Amino acid sequence: MAKLILSMDGLVLKEIPLSKERTTIGRKPHNDIQIDNLAVSGEHAVIVTILNDCFLEDLGSTNGTLVNGNPVKKHFLQNNDVVELGKYRLKFVGEAPVPAASAEKADFEKTMVLRPAAMKAAAEQARAMGAGAAEAARASAAQQVAAGAAVAGTAEREIKSAPAPTPMPMSATMTTPTPIPAQAPAPAAAAPAAPKSPHPLGAIQILSGGNAGKELELAKPLTTLGKPGVQVAVLTRRPQGYFITHVEGANPPVVNGQAIGTAPHALKDHDVVELAGVKMEFFLKG
Amino acid sequence: MDLSQYLEFASCTDPGMVRSHNEDAVAADPANGLAVLADGMGGYNAGEVASGMATTVITTEIQQLLAKVKPYDIDPESNKIIAGQLVREQVMKANASIYHAAQSQPQYAGMGTTLVVCLFYDNKALVAHLGDSRLYRMRDATLKQITRDHSLLQEQIDSGLITAEQAKHAQHKNLVTKALGIDPTVEPEIREYETRPGDIYLLCSDGLCDMVADEDISMTLEALGANLKLAAQQLVQMANDNGGKDNVSVILVRVLREYPAARGVVGKFLGWLK
Repeated sequence: MAKLILSMDGLVLKEIPLSKERTTIGRKPHNDIQIDNLAVSGEHAVIVTILNDCFLEDLGSTNGTLVNGNPVKKHFLQNNDVVELGKYRLKFVGEAPVPAASAEKADFEKTMVLRPAAMKAAAEQARAMGAGAAEAARASAAQQVAAGAAVAGTAEREIKSAPAPTPMPMSATMTTPTPIPAQAPAPAAAAPAAPKSPHPLGAIQILSGGNAGKELELAKPLTTLGKPGVQVAVLTRRPQGYFITHVEGANPPVVNGQAIGTAPHALKDHDVVELAGVKMEFFLKG
Repeated sequence: MDLSQYLEFASCTDPGMVRSHNEDAVAADPANGLAVLADGMGGYNAGEVASGMATTVITTEIQQLLAKVKPYDIDPESNKIIAGQLVREQVMKANASIYHAAQSQPQYAGMGTTLVVCLFYDNKALVAHLGDSRLYRMRDATLKQITRDHSLLQEQIDSGLITAEQAKHAQHKNLVTKALGIDPTVEPEIREYETRPGDIYLLCSDGLCDMVADEDISMTLEALGANLKLAAQQLVQMANDNGGKDNVSVILVRVLREYPAARGVVGKFLGWLK
Protein backbone atom coordinates (compact mmCIF):
# COMPACT_ATOMS: atom_id res chain seq x y z
CA MET A 1 0.00 0.00 0.00
CA ALA A 2 1.23 3.48 -0.81
CA LYS A 3 2.03 5.82 2.06
CA LEU A 4 2.91 9.40 2.91
CA ILE A 5 5.73 10.43 5.19
CA LEU A 6 4.98 13.71 6.93
CA SER A 7 7.96 15.81 7.95
CA MET A 8 8.87 19.36 8.89
CA ASP A 9 12.37 20.85 8.68
CA GLY A 10 13.76 17.41 7.84
CA LEU A 11 12.20 15.86 10.96
CA VAL A 12 9.92 12.91 10.26
CA LEU A 13 6.65 13.33 12.17
CA LYS A 14 4.43 10.52 10.96
CA GLU A 15 3.84 7.84 8.34
CA ILE A 16 0.37 7.64 6.91
CA PRO A 17 -0.75 4.64 4.82
CA LEU A 18 -3.15 5.56 2.01
CA SER A 19 -5.70 2.91 2.89
CA LYS A 20 -8.83 4.88 2.05
CA GLU A 21 -10.24 5.90 -1.27
CA ARG A 22 -10.13 9.52 -0.16
CA THR A 23 -7.54 10.76 2.28
CA THR A 24 -8.18 14.38 3.19
CA ILE A 25 -5.48 16.79 4.32
CA GLY A 26 -6.18 20.06 6.15
CA ARG A 27 -6.06 22.09 9.32
CA LYS A 28 -9.50 21.15 10.63
CA PRO A 29 -9.69 18.12 12.93
CA HIS A 30 -12.04 16.07 10.72
CA ASN A 31 -9.33 15.60 8.09
CA ASP A 32 -7.62 12.22 7.80
CA ILE A 33 -4.29 14.01 7.98
CA GLN A 34 -4.62 17.01 10.23
CA ILE A 35 -1.84 19.60 10.03
CA ASP A 36 -2.48 22.26 12.64
CA ASN A 37 -0.72 25.19 11.05
CA LEU A 38 -2.19 28.49 9.84
CA ALA A 39 -0.49 28.16 6.46
CA VAL A 40 -2.63 25.09 5.84
CA SER A 41 -6.26 25.62 4.82
CA GLY A 42 -9.13 23.99 6.71
CA GLU A 43 -9.70 21.61 3.79
CA HIS A 44 -6.46 21.87 1.92
CA ALA A 45 -6.13 18.87 -0.37
CA VAL A 46 -7.30 15.33 -0.94
CA ILE A 47 -5.59 12.19 -2.18
CA VAL A 48 -7.86 9.91 -4.17
CA THR A 49 -6.62 6.33 -4.39
CA ILE A 50 -7.91 4.24 -7.26
CA LEU A 51 -6.49 0.73 -7.33
CA ASN A 52 -2.74 1.41 -7.13
CA ASP A 53 -2.88 4.95 -8.41
CA CYS A 54 -2.97 7.96 -6.12
CA PHE A 55 -4.13 11.37 -7.31
CA LEU A 56 -3.50 14.55 -5.35
CA GLU A 57 -6.04 17.32 -5.72
CA ASP A 58 -5.80 20.80 -4.22
CA LEU A 59 -9.20 21.77 -2.79
CA GLY A 60 -8.79 25.47 -3.56
CA SER A 61 -6.45 26.13 -0.64
CA THR A 62 -5.34 29.66 0.19
CA ASN A 63 -1.62 29.00 -0.03
CA GLY A 64 -1.66 26.25 -2.62
CA THR A 65 -0.03 22.83 -2.85
CA LEU A 66 3.39 22.20 -4.35
CA VAL A 67 4.63 18.93 -5.78
CA ASN A 68 8.40 18.78 -6.27
CA GLY A 69 8.43 22.57 -6.07
CA ASN A 70 5.71 23.20 -8.65
CA PRO A 71 2.22 24.40 -7.75
CA VAL A 72 -0.44 21.85 -8.77
CA LYS A 73 -4.22 21.63 -8.87
CA LYS A 74 -4.34 17.95 -9.74
CA HIS A 75 -1.43 15.58 -9.86
CA PHE A 76 -0.91 11.89 -10.44
CA LEU A 77 1.49 10.99 -7.63
CA GLN A 78 4.67 9.13 -8.54
CA ASN A 79 7.01 7.33 -6.19
CA ASN A 80 9.17 9.78 -4.18
CA ASP A 81 7.09 12.84 -5.09
CA VAL A 82 7.36 15.51 -2.41
CA VAL A 83 4.16 17.39 -1.62
CA GLU A 84 4.60 20.70 0.19
CA LEU A 85 1.93 22.44 2.24
CA GLY A 86 3.42 25.52 3.88
CA LYS A 87 6.44 24.31 5.86
CA TYR A 88 5.24 20.72 5.90
CA ARG A 89 6.48 18.15 3.46
CA LEU A 90 4.71 14.91 2.57
CA LYS A 91 6.81 12.39 0.75
CA PHE A 92 4.81 9.95 -1.35
CA VAL A 93 6.11 6.39 -1.31
CA GLY A 94 4.41 4.13 -3.84
CA GLU A 95 4.18 0.41 -3.43
CA ALA A 96 7.40 -1.54 -3.36
CA PRO A 97 8.12 -2.74 -6.91
CA VAL A 98 7.66 -6.47 -6.25
CA PRO A 99 4.35 -6.31 -4.38
CA ALA A 100 3.26 -3.77 -6.95
CA ALA A 101 3.77 -6.36 -9.67
CA SER A 102 1.51 -8.82 -7.90
CA ALA A 103 -1.04 -6.10 -7.24
CA GLU A 104 -1.05 -5.26 -10.92
CA LYS A 105 -1.82 -8.87 -11.60
CA ALA A 106 -4.81 -8.71 -9.32
CA ASP A 107 -6.04 -5.57 -11.09
CA PHE A 108 -5.63 -7.23 -14.38
CA GLU A 109 -7.97 -9.96 -13.22
CA LYS A 110 -10.72 -7.46 -12.59
CA THR A 111 -13.58 -7.71 -15.01
CA MET A 112 -13.72 -4.76 -17.38
CA VAL A 113 -15.87 -3.86 -20.31
CA LEU A 114 -14.13 -3.67 -23.63
CA ARG A 115 -15.84 -0.55 -24.88
CA PRO A 116 -13.28 2.09 -25.77
CA ALA A 117 -15.96 4.38 -27.19
CA ALA A 118 -18.08 4.14 -24.07
CA MET A 119 -15.05 4.70 -21.86
CA LYS A 120 -14.11 7.81 -23.76
CA ALA A 121 -17.66 9.05 -23.48
CA ALA A 122 -17.59 8.44 -19.74
CA ALA A 123 -14.32 10.30 -19.44
CA GLU A 124 -15.70 13.24 -21.43
CA GLN A 125 -18.80 13.25 -19.31
CA ALA A 126 -16.83 13.29 -16.08
CA ARG A 127 -14.55 16.01 -17.37
CA ALA A 128 -17.54 18.08 -18.38
CA MET A 129 -18.83 17.76 -14.83
CA GLY A 130 -15.47 19.06 -13.67
CA ALA A 131 -15.66 16.88 -10.60
CA GLY A 132 -12.98 14.74 -8.99
CA ALA A 133 -14.44 11.89 -10.96
CA ALA A 134 -12.34 12.90 -13.93
CA GLU A 135 -9.53 10.96 -12.34
CA ALA A 136 -11.66 7.88 -11.97
CA ALA A 137 -12.64 7.93 -15.60
CA ARG A 138 -9.09 8.62 -16.67
CA ALA A 139 -7.83 5.80 -14.52
CA SER A 140 -10.28 3.38 -16.05
CA ALA A 141 -9.39 4.65 -19.51
CA ALA A 142 -5.74 4.06 -18.67
CA GLN A 143 -6.57 0.53 -17.64
CA GLN A 144 -8.42 0.15 -20.86
CA VAL A 145 -5.33 1.09 -22.78
CA ALA A 146 -3.21 -1.28 -20.74
CA ALA A 147 -5.65 -4.08 -21.32
CA GLY A 148 -5.79 -3.30 -25.02
CA ALA A 149 -2.03 -3.44 -25.21
CA ALA A 150 -2.00 -6.85 -23.57
CA VAL A 151 -4.54 -8.06 -26.08
CA ALA A 152 -2.37 -6.88 -28.89
CA GLY A 153 0.39 -9.00 -27.43
CA THR A 154 2.73 -6.12 -26.70
CA ALA A 155 2.58 -6.29 -22.93
CA GLU A 156 5.37 -8.33 -21.44
CA ARG A 157 3.66 -9.09 -18.17
CA GLU A 158 3.37 -12.69 -17.17
CA ILE A 159 -0.05 -12.84 -15.62
CA LYS A 160 -0.20 -16.49 -14.81
CA SER A 161 1.98 -19.47 -15.30
CA ALA A 162 0.31 -19.77 -18.66
CA PRO A 163 2.04 -22.81 -20.14
CA ALA A 164 1.50 -24.93 -17.02
CA PRO A 165 0.11 -28.27 -18.16
CA THR A 166 -1.93 -28.97 -14.99
CA PRO A 167 -5.66 -28.41 -15.37
CA MET A 168 -5.62 -25.92 -12.50
CA PRO A 169 -2.32 -24.08 -12.75
CA MET A 170 -3.40 -21.39 -10.32
CA SER A 171 -3.14 -23.50 -7.20
CA ALA A 172 0.61 -23.71 -7.22
CA THR A 173 1.30 -20.12 -8.14
CA MET A 174 -1.32 -18.66 -5.89
CA THR A 175 -0.09 -20.31 -2.74
CA THR A 176 3.53 -19.27 -3.32
CA PRO A 177 4.11 -16.71 -0.56
CA THR A 178 6.82 -14.73 -2.34
CA PRO A 179 5.48 -12.77 -5.30
CA ILE A 180 6.88 -13.88 -8.61
CA PRO A 181 8.92 -11.29 -10.52
CA ALA A 182 6.91 -10.18 -13.49
CA GLN A 183 9.22 -11.11 -16.35
CA ALA A 184 10.94 -14.22 -15.02
CA PRO A 185 9.85 -17.26 -16.98
CA ALA A 186 11.32 -19.64 -14.37
CA PRO A 187 8.35 -19.66 -11.95
CA ALA A 188 6.07 -20.79 -14.73
CA ALA A 189 8.24 -23.83 -15.18
CA ALA A 190 8.57 -24.37 -11.44
CA ALA A 191 4.84 -24.03 -10.76
CA PRO A 192 3.70 -27.44 -12.01
CA ALA A 193 6.52 -29.11 -10.10
CA ALA A 194 5.04 -27.88 -6.82
CA PRO A 195 2.48 -30.44 -5.58
CA LYS A 196 -1.11 -29.40 -6.05
CA SER A 197 -1.91 -30.32 -2.46
CA PRO A 198 1.02 -30.20 -0.07
CA HIS A 199 -0.49 -32.69 2.37
CA PRO A 200 -0.02 -36.43 1.93
CA LEU A 201 -2.49 -38.67 0.15
CA GLY A 202 -5.17 -40.19 2.37
CA ALA A 203 -7.08 -43.44 2.08
CA ILE A 204 -9.96 -45.31 3.68
CA GLN A 205 -9.87 -48.92 4.73
CA ILE A 206 -13.17 -50.72 5.27
CA LEU A 207 -13.18 -52.48 8.65
CA SER A 208 -16.59 -54.21 8.74
CA GLY A 209 -19.26 -55.60 6.41
CA GLY A 210 -18.93 -57.45 3.12
CA ASN A 211 -16.15 -55.25 1.81
CA ALA A 212 -13.99 -55.50 4.93
CA GLY A 213 -10.30 -55.15 4.18
CA LYS A 214 -10.81 -53.12 1.00
CA GLU A 215 -8.88 -49.93 0.60
CA LEU A 216 -9.93 -46.77 -1.22
CA GLU A 217 -7.47 -44.05 -2.12
CA LEU A 218 -8.76 -40.51 -1.75
CA ALA A 219 -7.01 -38.91 -4.70
CA LYS A 220 -9.97 -36.92 -6.01
CA PRO A 221 -11.03 -33.55 -4.58
CA LEU A 222 -14.28 -35.22 -3.46
CA THR A 223 -15.24 -38.77 -2.70
CA THR A 224 -18.75 -39.72 -1.64
CA LEU A 225 -19.32 -42.66 0.67
CA GLY A 226 -22.45 -44.44 1.91
CA LYS A 227 -25.78 -45.54 0.50
CA PRO A 228 -27.78 -42.96 -1.50
CA GLY A 229 -31.14 -42.34 0.18
CA VAL A 230 -29.91 -43.83 3.47
CA GLN A 231 -26.77 -42.07 4.60
CA VAL A 232 -24.19 -40.35 2.46
CA ALA A 233 -21.10 -38.38 3.44
CA VAL A 234 -18.48 -36.68 1.33
CA LEU A 235 -14.74 -36.67 1.93
CA THR A 236 -13.14 -33.52 0.56
CA ARG A 237 -9.45 -33.15 -0.12
CA ARG A 238 -8.35 -29.60 0.61
CA PRO A 239 -5.00 -27.83 1.01
CA GLN A 240 -5.53 -28.00 4.79
CA GLY A 241 -6.17 -31.77 4.75
CA TYR A 242 -9.17 -34.05 4.52
CA PHE A 243 -12.68 -33.22 5.75
CA ILE A 244 -15.80 -35.30 6.12
CA THR A 245 -19.22 -33.66 5.67
CA HIS A 246 -22.73 -35.04 6.07
CA VAL A 247 -24.65 -34.98 2.76
CA GLU A 248 -27.92 -36.85 3.21
CA GLY A 249 -29.73 -39.19 5.59
CA ALA A 250 -31.37 -38.67 8.97
CA ASN A 251 -28.16 -39.12 10.95
CA PRO A 252 -24.74 -37.63 10.36
CA PRO A 253 -21.73 -39.97 10.19
CA VAL A 254 -19.93 -40.95 13.40
CA VAL A 255 -16.19 -40.27 13.80
CA ASN A 256 -14.40 -42.00 16.71
CA GLY A 257 -17.78 -42.66 18.37
CA GLN A 258 -19.01 -39.04 18.03
CA ALA A 259 -21.69 -37.86 15.58
CA ILE A 260 -20.15 -35.00 13.58
CA GLY A 261 -23.21 -32.79 13.04
CA THR A 262 -23.73 -30.92 9.79
CA ALA A 263 -20.50 -28.89 9.65
CA PRO A 264 -17.37 -30.24 7.89
CA HIS A 265 -15.18 -32.24 10.25
CA ALA A 266 -11.39 -32.44 9.83
CA LEU A 267 -10.10 -36.02 9.63
CA LYS A 268 -6.92 -37.08 11.43
CA ASP A 269 -4.75 -40.08 10.74
CA HIS A 270 -6.40 -43.31 12.00
CA ASP A 271 -9.81 -41.77 12.68
CA VAL A 272 -12.57 -44.40 12.58
CA VAL A 273 -15.69 -43.43 10.63
CA GLU A 274 -19.05 -45.17 10.87
CA LEU A 275 -21.35 -44.63 7.95
CA ALA A 276 -24.50 -46.51 6.86
CA GLY A 277 -23.63 -49.32 9.27
CA VAL A 278 -20.08 -49.77 7.97
CA LYS A 279 -16.94 -49.00 9.95
CA MET A 280 -13.90 -47.67 8.14
CA GLU A 281 -10.56 -46.21 9.07
CA PHE A 282 -9.05 -43.08 7.59
CA PHE A 283 -5.29 -42.97 7.31
CA LEU A 284 -2.57 -40.96 5.58
CA LYS A 285 -0.28 -42.69 3.14
CA GLY A 286 3.34 -41.65 3.71
CA MET B 1 -48.59 -21.16 -8.91
CA ASP B 2 -45.96 -21.43 -6.23
CA LEU B 3 -42.93 -23.09 -7.76
CA SER B 4 -41.09 -23.67 -4.51
CA GLN B 5 -42.46 -27.22 -4.31
CA TYR B 6 -41.17 -27.95 -7.82
CA LEU B 7 -37.78 -26.30 -7.68
CA GLU B 8 -35.11 -26.36 -5.01
CA PHE B 9 -32.81 -23.35 -4.71
CA ALA B 10 -29.50 -22.84 -2.93
CA SER B 11 -27.08 -19.97 -3.23
CA CYS B 12 -23.73 -18.95 -1.82
CA THR B 13 -21.56 -15.88 -2.35
CA ASP B 14 -18.11 -15.10 -0.99
CA PRO B 15 -15.54 -12.33 -1.50
CA GLY B 16 -12.83 -14.93 -2.18
CA MET B 17 -9.32 -14.99 -0.78
CA VAL B 18 -7.84 -11.87 -2.39
CA ARG B 19 -10.50 -9.18 -2.72
CA SER B 20 -11.53 -7.18 0.30
CA HIS B 21 -15.14 -6.78 -0.71
CA ASN B 22 -17.74 -8.68 -2.63
CA GLU B 23 -18.90 -7.07 -5.87
CA ASP B 24 -21.12 -10.01 -6.72
CA ALA B 25 -24.81 -10.07 -5.88
CA VAL B 26 -27.27 -12.95 -5.94
CA ALA B 27 -31.04 -13.08 -5.56
CA ALA B 28 -33.37 -16.04 -5.69
CA ASP B 29 -37.15 -16.21 -5.47
CA PRO B 30 -38.17 -19.87 -5.39
CA ALA B 31 -41.92 -19.12 -5.39
CA ASN B 32 -41.66 -17.31 -8.72
CA GLY B 33 -38.94 -19.60 -10.07
CA LEU B 34 -36.51 -16.71 -10.45
CA ALA B 35 -32.73 -16.60 -9.97
CA VAL B 36 -30.55 -13.54 -10.65
CA LEU B 37 -26.76 -13.29 -10.37
CA ALA B 38 -24.64 -10.23 -11.11
CA ASP B 39 -20.90 -9.56 -10.99
CA GLY B 40 -20.26 -5.86 -10.63
CA MET B 41 -17.31 -3.85 -11.88
CA GLY B 42 -16.07 -0.30 -11.45
CA GLY B 43 -13.83 1.62 -9.11
CA TYR B 44 -14.54 2.62 -5.52
CA ASN B 45 -17.46 0.48 -4.33
CA ALA B 46 -19.36 1.10 -7.54
CA GLY B 47 -19.20 -2.56 -8.60
CA GLU B 48 -21.21 -3.56 -5.56
CA VAL B 49 -23.69 -0.79 -6.25
CA ALA B 50 -24.18 -1.88 -9.84
CA SER B 51 -24.62 -5.58 -9.09
CA GLY B 52 -26.86 -4.82 -6.11
CA MET B 53 -29.06 -2.55 -8.23
CA ALA B 54 -29.28 -5.16 -10.97
CA THR B 55 -30.44 -7.99 -8.71
CA THR B 56 -32.82 -5.79 -6.70
CA VAL B 57 -34.43 -4.05 -9.65
CA ILE B 58 -34.87 -7.23 -11.66
CA THR B 59 -36.25 -9.38 -8.84
CA THR B 60 -38.63 -6.79 -7.42
CA GLU B 61 -39.94 -5.71 -10.83
CA ILE B 62 -40.47 -9.29 -12.00
CA GLN B 63 -42.11 -10.21 -8.68
CA GLN B 64 -44.54 -7.32 -9.06
CA LEU B 65 -45.37 -8.20 -12.64
CA LEU B 66 -45.82 -11.89 -11.86
CA ALA B 67 -48.41 -10.94 -9.25
CA LYS B 68 -50.51 -9.61 -12.12
CA VAL B 69 -49.68 -11.80 -15.12
CA LYS B 70 -48.39 -15.32 -15.68
CA PRO B 71 -45.19 -15.82 -17.67
CA TYR B 72 -46.97 -18.23 -20.03
CA ASP B 73 -49.79 -15.78 -20.82
CA ILE B 74 -50.03 -14.77 -24.46
CA ASP B 75 -49.41 -11.13 -25.25
CA PRO B 76 -52.46 -9.97 -27.29
CA GLU B 77 -50.36 -7.63 -29.44
CA SER B 78 -47.45 -9.83 -30.48
CA ASN B 79 -49.30 -13.14 -29.97
CA LYS B 80 -46.25 -14.51 -28.19
CA ILE B 81 -45.68 -15.88 -24.69
CA ILE B 82 -44.85 -12.87 -22.56
CA ALA B 83 -42.05 -14.35 -20.44
CA GLY B 84 -39.27 -13.30 -22.81
CA GLN B 85 -40.62 -9.80 -23.21
CA LEU B 86 -41.13 -9.49 -19.47
CA VAL B 87 -37.58 -10.43 -18.57
CA ARG B 88 -36.09 -8.37 -21.39
CA GLU B 89 -37.94 -5.23 -20.28
CA GLN B 90 -36.85 -5.61 -16.66
CA VAL B 91 -33.24 -6.16 -17.67
CA MET B 92 -33.45 -3.00 -19.74
CA LYS B 93 -35.03 -1.16 -16.83
CA ALA B 94 -32.16 -2.24 -14.57
CA ASN B 95 -29.72 -1.12 -17.27
CA ALA B 96 -31.33 2.31 -17.39
CA SER B 97 -31.21 2.65 -13.58
CA ILE B 98 -27.55 1.74 -13.37
CA TYR B 99 -26.60 3.86 -16.35
CA HIS B 100 -28.47 6.82 -14.92
CA ALA B 101 -26.81 6.44 -11.52
CA ALA B 102 -23.39 6.16 -13.17
CA GLN B 103 -24.02 9.30 -15.19
CA SER B 104 -25.47 11.41 -12.39
CA GLN B 105 -23.11 10.47 -9.57
CA PRO B 106 -19.40 10.99 -10.18
CA GLN B 107 -18.31 8.25 -7.76
CA TYR B 108 -20.25 5.70 -9.81
CA ALA B 109 -18.90 6.76 -13.21
CA GLY B 110 -18.13 3.79 -15.40
CA MET B 111 -19.76 1.18 -13.18
CA GLY B 112 -21.49 -1.82 -14.69
CA THR B 113 -22.26 -5.43 -14.06
CA THR B 114 -22.50 -8.74 -15.81
CA LEU B 115 -25.77 -10.55 -15.39
CA VAL B 116 -27.45 -13.90 -15.68
CA VAL B 117 -31.18 -14.25 -15.05
CA CYS B 118 -33.11 -17.51 -15.07
CA LEU B 119 -36.91 -17.63 -14.94
CA PHE B 120 -38.47 -21.08 -14.62
CA TYR B 121 -42.05 -21.60 -15.81
CA ASP B 122 -44.06 -24.25 -17.66
CA ASN B 123 -41.24 -26.86 -17.71
CA LYS B 124 -38.95 -24.29 -19.28
CA ALA B 125 -36.07 -22.12 -18.23
CA LEU B 126 -35.89 -18.66 -19.75
CA VAL B 127 -32.31 -17.40 -19.63
CA ALA B 128 -31.12 -13.83 -20.16
CA HIS B 129 -27.48 -12.93 -19.84
CA LEU B 130 -24.87 -10.25 -20.43
CA GLY B 131 -21.12 -10.59 -20.01
CA ASP B 132 -19.26 -13.54 -18.55
CA SER B 133 -21.52 -14.75 -15.75
CA ARG B 134 -22.69 -18.17 -16.77
CA LEU B 135 -25.44 -20.74 -16.62
CA TYR B 136 -24.55 -24.43 -16.62
CA ARG B 137 -26.87 -27.40 -16.70
CA MET B 138 -26.19 -30.77 -15.13
CA ARG B 139 -28.28 -33.46 -16.84
CA ASP B 140 -27.66 -37.21 -16.99
CA ALA B 141 -24.32 -36.77 -15.22
CA THR B 142 -23.11 -34.36 -17.92
CA LEU B 143 -22.30 -30.73 -17.27
CA LYS B 144 -23.06 -28.37 -20.13
CA GLN B 145 -22.41 -24.67 -20.39
CA ILE B 146 -25.67 -23.12 -21.56
CA THR B 147 -24.74 -19.46 -21.94
CA ARG B 148 -21.98 -18.21 -24.20
CA ASP B 149 -19.90 -15.46 -22.65
CA HIS B 150 -19.98 -12.02 -24.14
CA SER B 151 -16.23 -11.69 -23.86
CA LEU B 152 -13.24 -11.00 -26.04
CA LEU B 153 -12.00 -14.49 -25.31
CA GLN B 154 -15.21 -16.11 -26.50
CA GLU B 155 -15.14 -14.02 -29.67
CA GLN B 156 -11.59 -15.18 -30.31
CA ILE B 157 -12.63 -18.79 -29.79
CA ASP B 158 -15.60 -18.35 -32.12
CA SER B 159 -13.51 -16.79 -34.84
CA GLY B 160 -10.99 -19.64 -34.56
CA LEU B 161 -8.10 -17.49 -33.36
CA ILE B 162 -7.55 -19.67 -30.31
CA THR B 163 -8.80 -23.03 -29.10
CA ALA B 164 -10.83 -23.62 -25.96
CA GLU B 165 -7.74 -25.28 -24.44
CA GLN B 166 -5.58 -22.22 -25.11
CA ALA B 167 -8.35 -20.03 -23.72
CA LYS B 168 -7.90 -21.63 -20.28
CA HIS B 169 -4.48 -20.03 -20.08
CA ALA B 170 -5.36 -16.76 -21.76
CA GLN B 171 -4.42 -13.54 -20.08
CA HIS B 172 -7.44 -11.43 -20.86
CA LYS B 173 -10.23 -13.50 -19.36
CA ASN B 174 -11.57 -10.36 -17.78
CA LEU B 175 -12.61 -8.38 -20.86
CA VAL B 176 -16.34 -8.53 -21.46
CA THR B 177 -17.96 -7.12 -24.58
CA LYS B 178 -21.43 -6.58 -23.15
CA ALA B 179 -22.55 -5.52 -19.70
CA LEU B 180 -25.43 -3.93 -17.85
CA GLY B 181 -25.26 -0.20 -17.10
CA ILE B 182 -22.49 0.77 -19.51
CA ASP B 183 -24.56 2.03 -22.43
CA PRO B 184 -27.94 3.81 -22.39
CA THR B 185 -29.61 0.72 -23.84
CA VAL B 186 -28.57 -2.89 -23.98
CA GLU B 187 -29.96 -5.99 -25.63
CA PRO B 188 -29.62 -9.04 -23.39
CA GLU B 189 -29.22 -12.42 -25.02
CA ILE B 190 -32.42 -14.33 -24.27
CA ARG B 191 -32.97 -18.03 -24.84
CA GLU B 192 -35.35 -20.65 -23.65
CA TYR B 193 -34.67 -24.28 -22.76
CA GLU B 194 -36.84 -27.24 -21.84
CA THR B 195 -36.17 -28.50 -18.34
CA ARG B 196 -36.44 -32.05 -17.05
CA PRO B 197 -36.92 -33.36 -13.54
CA GLY B 198 -33.49 -34.09 -12.06
CA ASP B 199 -31.75 -31.24 -13.91
CA ILE B 200 -29.50 -29.04 -11.82
CA TYR B 201 -28.92 -25.50 -13.06
CA LEU B 202 -25.86 -23.59 -11.92
CA LEU B 203 -25.65 -19.82 -12.22
CA CYS B 204 -22.15 -18.60 -11.42
CA SER B 205 -19.81 -15.64 -11.60
CA ASP B 206 -16.43 -15.92 -13.34
CA GLY B 207 -14.83 -16.36 -9.91
CA LEU B 208 -16.04 -19.95 -10.01
CA CYS B 209 -15.40 -21.01 -13.59
CA ASP B 210 -11.94 -19.34 -13.70
CA MET B 211 -10.87 -21.11 -10.51
CA VAL B 212 -12.53 -24.53 -10.68
CA ALA B 213 -12.25 -26.83 -13.68
CA ASP B 214 -15.49 -27.93 -15.31
CA GLU B 215 -14.70 -31.56 -14.37
CA ASP B 216 -14.54 -30.62 -10.71
CA ILE B 217 -17.79 -28.63 -10.90
CA SER B 218 -19.39 -31.62 -12.54
CA MET B 219 -18.00 -34.01 -9.92
CA THR B 220 -19.32 -31.81 -7.11
CA LEU B 221 -22.82 -31.55 -8.56
CA GLU B 222 -22.91 -35.27 -9.16
CA ALA B 223 -21.63 -36.20 -5.72
CA LEU B 224 -23.47 -33.60 -3.68
CA GLY B 225 -26.59 -33.07 -5.80
CA ALA B 226 -28.63 -34.59 -2.97
CA ASN B 227 -27.67 -31.71 -0.71
CA LEU B 228 -27.87 -28.57 -2.79
CA LYS B 229 -26.85 -26.14 -0.04
CA LEU B 230 -23.72 -28.18 0.65
CA ALA B 231 -22.94 -28.39 -3.07
CA ALA B 232 -23.11 -24.58 -3.34
CA GLN B 233 -20.79 -24.17 -0.35
CA GLN B 234 -18.45 -26.82 -1.70
CA LEU B 235 -18.15 -25.04 -5.07
CA VAL B 236 -17.26 -21.75 -3.36
CA GLN B 237 -14.82 -23.54 -1.09
CA MET B 238 -13.09 -25.19 -4.06
CA ALA B 239 -12.68 -21.82 -5.76
CA ASN B 240 -11.15 -20.44 -2.57
CA ASP B 241 -8.90 -23.47 -2.08
CA ASN B 242 -7.60 -22.92 -5.61
CA GLY B 243 -6.64 -19.34 -4.85
CA GLY B 244 -9.99 -17.53 -4.75
CA LYS B 245 -8.67 -14.63 -6.81
CA ASP B 246 -12.11 -13.17 -7.48
CA ASN B 247 -15.46 -12.98 -5.75
CA VAL B 248 -17.26 -16.30 -6.08
CA SER B 249 -21.02 -16.66 -6.34
CA VAL B 250 -23.25 -19.58 -7.22
CA ILE B 251 -26.96 -20.23 -7.36
CA LEU B 252 -28.07 -23.84 -7.77
CA VAL B 253 -31.58 -24.77 -8.89
CA ARG B 254 -32.76 -28.34 -9.02
CA VAL B 255 -35.92 -29.37 -10.84
CA LEU B 256 -37.72 -31.70 -8.43
CA ARG B 257 -40.66 -32.53 -10.68
CA GLU B 258 -42.52 -31.27 -13.72
CA TYR B 259 -44.20 -27.91 -13.40
CA PRO B 260 -46.44 -27.50 -16.45
CA ALA B 261 -48.37 -24.26 -16.72
CA ALA B 262 -51.93 -24.52 -15.42
CA ARG B 263 -53.80 -23.11 -18.41
CA GLY B 264 -57.57 -22.67 -18.68
CA VAL B 265 -60.25 -23.32 -16.11
CA VAL B 266 -59.52 -27.03 -15.61
CA GLY B 267 -55.79 -26.43 -15.41
CA LYS B 268 -56.27 -23.65 -12.91
CA PHE B 269 -58.48 -25.90 -10.85
CA LEU B 270 -55.92 -28.69 -10.94
CA GLY B 271 -53.19 -26.22 -10.10
CA TRP B 272 -55.26 -25.04 -7.18
CA LEU B 273 -55.75 -28.66 -6.00
CA LYS B 274 -51.99 -29.12 -5.84
